[in-house]
Amino acid sequence: MDDRVILSARNLEVGFRVRGQTLTALRGVDLELYYGETLAIVGESGSGKSVLTKTFAGMLESNGRIQKGQILFDGQDLATLRRNRDWADIRGSKIATVFQDPMTSLNPILTIGRQLMDPIRAHQGCSRAEARRRALEMMEKVGIPNPERRFNDYPFQYSGGMRQRIVIAIALCCRPQILICDEPTTALDVTIQAQILGLIRQLQQELGYSILFITHDLGVVANVADRVAVLYAGQVVELGTAEDIFYDPRHPYTWALLSSLPQLAGRDRPLYSIPGAPPSLYRSIQGDAFAPRSEYRIKIDTLLSPPVFPVSDTHWARTWLLDPRCPSVEPPEQVKNLHSILLSGEERE
Amino acid sequence: MMEQIVLALENVDIRFGDVHAVKNATLQIRKGEIFALVGESGSGKSTIGRAIVGINPCAAGRILYHGQPVGRGREMKRKIQMVFQDPAASLNERSTVEQIICEGLRNFHLYKSDGERRQKVERIMEEVGLLPEHLSRYPHEFSGGQRQRIGIARAMIMEPELVVADEPISALDVSVRAQVLNLMKRFQREHGTSFLFIAHDLSVVRYVADRIGVICKGRIVEVAEAEELFRHPLHPYTRSLLSAVPIPDPILERQKVLLTYDPSIHRSAEGVLTDIGHNHQVYGSPEEVQAYHAHRDRGEPLPDTLYPKPQPDNKKPSRPKSGWKFGKRV
Repeated sequence: MDDRVILSARNLEVGFRVRGQTLTALRGVDLELYYGETLAIVGESGSGKSVLTKTFAGMLESNGRIQKGQILFDGQDLATLRRNRDWADIRGSKIATVFQDPMTSLNPILTIGRQLMDPIRAHQGCSRAEARRRALEMMEKVGIPNPERRFNDYPFQYSGGMRQRIVIAIALCCRPQILICDEPTTALDVTIQAQILGLIRQLQQELGYSILFITHDLGVVANVADRVAVLYAGQVVELGTAEDIFYDPRHPYTWALLSSLPQLAGRDRPLYSIPGAPPSLYRSIQGDAFAPRSEYRIKIDTLLSPPVFPVSDTHWARTWLLDPRCPSVEPPEQVKNLHSILLSGEERE
Repeated sequence: MMEQIVLALENVDIRFGDVHAVKNATLQIRKGEIFALVGESGSGKSTIGRAIVGINPCAAGRILYHGQPVGRGREMKRKIQMVFQDPAASLNERSTVEQIICEGLRNFHLYKSDGERRQKVERIMEEVGLLPEHLSRYPHEFSGGQRQRIGIARAMIMEPELVVADEPISALDVSVRAQVLNLMKRFQREHGTSFLFIAHDLSVVRYVADRIGVICKGRIVEVAEAEELFRHPLHPYTRSLLSAVPIPDPILERQKVLLTYDPSIHRSAEGVLTDIGHNHQVYGSPEEVQAYHAHRDRGEPLPDTLYPKPQPDNKKPSRPKSGWKFGKRV
């Protein structure tokens, strides 16, 4: 891990044409990914998490378009790439993706071996035998027992956890610099999830790629993330190290996300749920996008979109609450006491 | 709480051809409690739920509702309702919300006049937090959370005594989850409804359930009250399952030790689900049960064989505290 930036998004705006209207899914995202780090992106569904990863991997749907901003990677601006051909050198070889459901991301009628060899041959232009050797090596790396014997099996002959290992193997077989993980463990059991997260981390140490990890599960975030970006209505509203976000959150939306953790709730009280719904992204939003749902809103929130306020040199948030002129506001009790509540919950015997 | 038993499974076996999906399952659901059945995919937890509502037949054993075998009599069909996992797949796309919610009422002639039916529907809509104008709409016009509320309204309008909820929140967003869970808890509190809550997410279960049953490969291995189970997990499978739940706290998550369960540690394959006091039942051979008992009551260490093994450590080294600069942003 070092402090060089491998990928950086500047004021990224992505819109979709839907029935004659424009849905702005990303409204000016600023994000930097460092070499060898894991950056987790959290938010509700509809916050733009998946659009963000699709943008970075050049896989936007045909009605989606980058309207503004830059994505700097490897000396070029990915936002200017329009054609599939331009993306072909990057997608799958330098930036690879692992999706949520291993059953739908594998081709059911091709053998596992073939699906591993295809990208190796396409991107690295090596011989069949060499591709096979590398594929087997990769299967071994991701912990498939007896790779030789499982090489010609089909996806349905693998269990869910093993399938996800194969998807990871395919993603990593060209040694990408960035691995995008889009909820890779959501469809898996907790015990398998723990193994897959361990595998992704272990291979990261070995191969040194950076990870952009999309999830809505804050437990998974705590497991994998070096840094966390909280996404709301197409904007990063808070960014910091995992410690910053869990132990010293500043944005009311981050507070709300943490408050809805069932682990923090007392059994006799109703579980906290964020009131209202995320704003429509068809219209432009005036002021702070989260203000209508926030109990901490102040007048300026409805008028003017807040700028970025630094908290420390690793931590910033986009909320007027951090403005020196704003009266000081404390986060909810259970968020302040997160560590001690969870610690007592973990006590056994 | 009155310890009246609403539903009892007695030595239930369920087979699909050669697959022995549920093995000798025995459990009781009490009046007004939320009983959570937790296990991994393929463990047989949904199969049990489906057997209770009569979708899956039992190969052996009995499922009794107030002492009567289920599936006999129409009244029982009304009193046991089900909420499904995927709200998109379990609602008829071609029916309006009103038709969906009323179907049971119609089948059971539970109203005297159209006015009474409307009243019942409107009351339930309000209880689950939907608006009267939603009645004429179709399922695809709703968000996932709203659809799950329609599914809940469809079950609750029958005034059931027991609701089998098969992973009702796995398909929902975090904050929407909270709403559905609160709704379940409210029905439990206000109407005394019992729930069989089938789940794989242990963190939610601890909050919502009164008692928890853990099921592993078709076998119920441990049953206890929620706090008891989390404070004193005994069966090695339960321990490994608890150790795998991610903790939303970076420090605790980094310190956590993952445990793996290896079924071969049990010397004999056969055992019984035995009560060891503290309202706590655990599955095992007589010697194992004795060891669990001694451990729970007197804190005697468990024999090494009953400890799940820690997984090889592949934790990240602790990360440097600083080194990232944001100076240029401001």
